[in-house]
Amino acid sequence: MEGKQTIMRRSALAAVAAIGSASLLLAGCSKADDNKDTPKAAGANAATKGVVNASDKKGGTVTYEMSDVPDSFDPGNTYYAYMYNFSRLYARPLMTFQPGAGPKGNTLVPDLAASKGVASDGGKTWTYKLRSGLKYQDGTPITSKDVKYAVERSNFARDVLSLGPNYFQQFMKDGDKYKGPYKDKSAKGLSSIETPDDSTIVFHLNRAFQEFDYLVATPQTAPVPQAKDDGVDYIKHIVSSGSYQFQSYQEGKQAVLVPNKNWDPKTDPLRKQLASKIVVNLKVNPETIDKDLQSGDATVDLVGTGVQASTQADLLNSADGKASTDNTYGGRLVYAAINTKLKPFDNVACRKAVEYAIDKVSVQTALGGPIRGDVASTVLPPDITGYQKADVYATAGGKGDIAKAKDQLKACGQKTINTNITARSDRPGEVDAATAIINSLKKVGINATLKQYPAGKYFTDYAGVPSFTEKQNIGLMMMQWGADWPSGYGFLQQILNSKAISQSGNTNLSQYSNKKVDGLLAQAIAEPDTAKRNALYAQIDKQVMDDAALVPLTYFKVLLYRSPYATNVVSTAAFSGQYDYLNLGTTKK
Amino acid sequence: MTAPIETTGAAADAQPEAVLAGADKGRIEGRSLGQIAWARFKRDKVAVAGGVIVILLILLAILSRPVQALFGLDPNAFHQDLIVPDTSLPKGSWGGMSMDHPLGVDPKFGRDIATRVLEGSWVSLVVAFGATILSNVIGAIMGVIAGYYGGRVDSIISRLMDVFLAFPLLLFAIAISATLQGGAFGLNGLPLHLAVLIFVIGFFNWPYLGRIVRGQTLALREREFVDAARGMGAKGPYILFRELMPNLVGPIIVYSTLLIPTNIIFEASLSFLGVGIQPPQASWGGMLREAVTYYQVDPQYMIVPGLAIFITVLAFNLLGDGLRDALDPRSR
Repeated sequence: MEGKQTIMRRSALAAVAAIGSASLLLAGCSKADDNKDTPKAAGANAATKGVVNASDKKGGTVTYEMSDVPDSFDPGNTYYAYMYNFSRLYARPLMTFQPGAGPKGNTLVPDLAASKGVASDGGKTWTYKLRSGLKYQDGTPITSKDVKYAVERSNFARDVLSLGPNYFQQFMKDGDKYKGPYKDKSAKGLSSIETPDDSTIVFHLNRAFQEFDYLVATPQTAPVPQAKDDGVDYIKHIVSSGSYQFQSYQEGKQAVLVPNKNWDPKTDPLRKQLASKIVVNLKVNPETIDKDLQSGDATVDLVGTGVQASTQADLLNSADGKASTDNTYGGRLVYAAINTKLKPFDNVACRKAVEYAIDKVSVQTALGGPIRGDVASTVLPPDITGYQKADVYATAGGKGDIAKAKDQLKACGQKTINTNITARSDRPGEVDAATAIINSLKKVGINATLKQYPAGKYFTDYAGVPSFTEKQNIGLMMMQWGADWPSGYGFLQQILNSKAISQSGNTNLSQYSNKKVDGLLAQAIAEPDTAKRNALYAQIDKQVMDDAALVPLTYFKVLLYRSPYATNVVSTAAFSGQYDYLNLGTTKK
Repeated sequence: MTAPIETTGAAADAQPEAVLAGADKGRIEGRSLGQIAWARFKRDKVAVAGGVIVILLILLAILSRPVQALFGLDPNAFHQDLIVPDTSLPKGSWGGMSMDHPLGVDPKFGRDIATRVLEGSWVSLVVAFGATILSNVIGAIMGVIAGYYGGRVDSIISRLMDVFLAFPLLLFAIAISATLQGGAFGLNGLPLHLAVLIFVIGFFNWPYLGRIVRGQTLALREREFVDAARGMGAKGPYILFRELMPNLVGPIIVYSTLLIPTNIIFEASLSFLGVGIQPPQASWGGMLREAVTYYQVDPQYMIVPGLAIFITVLAFNLLGDGLRDALDPRSR
């Protein structure tokens, strides 16, 4: 899920806005009004340990705010973690994640399905049974054919709905031959998804895939009635299968959701339908969001990447402020990819020199300190299944080791190296981290020059184009990666598999190709035993670090402001540390 | 307008000068054009103050690197022990001001702000002067050619000016700075960024001066001294550069001093937008860009480079105004 984080773009906009100096003073003086009867904050990191303000009380309006607009509210056309989270209010996927604190939130539970998928044929066939009594908002029954149709439209009609991932197209048998429901009007549709009756759906895969339950936990499996679908325009009249339905939707402005009367709590052990109204305000100034949250005018920041830097300083400087924050892992790794195909970094000793040279604490401070991330030493972040603590290039206090780095440089036959490092220009944090890296590398004789490129074309035109990095002598590339589903495979496959290397839009920036790792990945995904699978992920992690393909910098963390009015607040690892939106309520009338 | 004819000019013009110049009337006869201008300029206290600041700034920029070397200052040295990790802000009040760091340190890295402002001064001035020289050389040559030859040459050059003036300069600058990042003119790193900035800012600003010079030339070419030169057999280039150009020096100097502050701001804006000087190299605009995130909690960091730009631009503007008044008293 790369490039799906909007916080940086937001600050760039804020930067332009802030140049008008008159507003500076005004903004500096105005603070959120101190409301007398504000409920007390539950304490720092409370929502990362358990559910805060657990409640079954109905009523109130839950207000979400967002500084930008989401890619789409259409469950079949989105790739943002926060939309995966939010869309569950009106679109029920086959499986979903249990609302729970931290890693507990990674637990898969059946949603539209009555139970977890039943694997057969060694993990190549997966069968799901739907719950009984499921209905759309208009009262018509939900059938397995609607689920099949939803998968078809979201994965196979890339010319109509292109924003979501297309894992089903890659993994379904004959997935490359089917052209999607808008072009292929045959009643049969994709032959490898069978619906023997209205409550059964069978997926036939082209390979053994033991984490298929994760795949059907995306909103792409939320049912869409074919008769009501008109491609991109479906967003204007989404038919709800969840606890809420759309009352109004103004593009780029606001969406209002109200309880779905045809949703039956008996068919749904997860949702509670507490709020009497849900409002999503779009394109709100990021500073305003922080202030609205503190005053209670907003319940939660939809994107969930955390508060602005100045709000962060304000909150952390007061005990009260600190008590209403949650600081948690965001399921992402911030790292510097080393170009393993570029001289002299094709020599592993030169790469190891970089591993030892970088003062990770300095990088961490540049990125915003421990609040914004813990110093990293593995590829997998701690909130992803398969993580195992390790530190191949341990240095005292994580501050780098100049002597060891110089030894490696000597072993590589180099005294000084001149290279370039890329960062995304609209992500100040990335530029800052690169600045700190340049400073570290200079001490061992590696002179790196910063090159900034716009995030929108980072993969298609610059860092993700091997011929470009070769020509421009780009040895290091700043990168941030989050998994599409919280497991080792979901995290590692796109950035370390040699088959993922492509001539443009490449995400394996290191161009790392090790047959052993490719083999281990294939072995892992076919392994039905979870413990064994996780051991394989740890083994891959270790191998990659031994090969020094990338320098892990920090395990990305977010600092969320927890509204004292919000109920059932719990930060979940399944959605990058965001609060679970399924049952969020409010005590504010 | 400093055509030779004015030195012997109408009594009405000369009179007040003579009176104002003071009692020593005997020496008025011998004064050159430059001396008259200098006398006028000296009387303008504000302009003199601006001029002094400008000279100091130029000295500062020239001595920036030697001073750093002398005192062992490094604009890129990290002092992250002076940073509060949780907030990225400098420890202590006023942005971490201390004896070691009189203007404080910057958030996140703890780099000395005073040294970075010093380092940024030469960047700003090199770009501003370079761009001004580039645009004025092109502008003066094109303007004088258009004005002197007239006719078809004039219309071609004038239309060219219109084309350049119609360019959405900022957008173009952003685009070109971004695409030239990979390397151009056989340069890389800082020299490349300086060259790109000078080129982008300088190359598109020449029509402003070009138009002024063209207008002046149109008036000058009808003058007797030009006719005389032509009568004595002087050819085009000689008349352009030996007869006309010296009379255009005044407006060119004035326009330059007024263009420099504009260019300083433009450089800062480009660096602010992230397409100018690249980090970790210090530049005033770049510092402002970094300061924006923290303006509410660490205003000190924004004030220092902001003031540096403010003072520099103001000084150049005052100097420019004073020079214009001195060299061209009728323009008041």
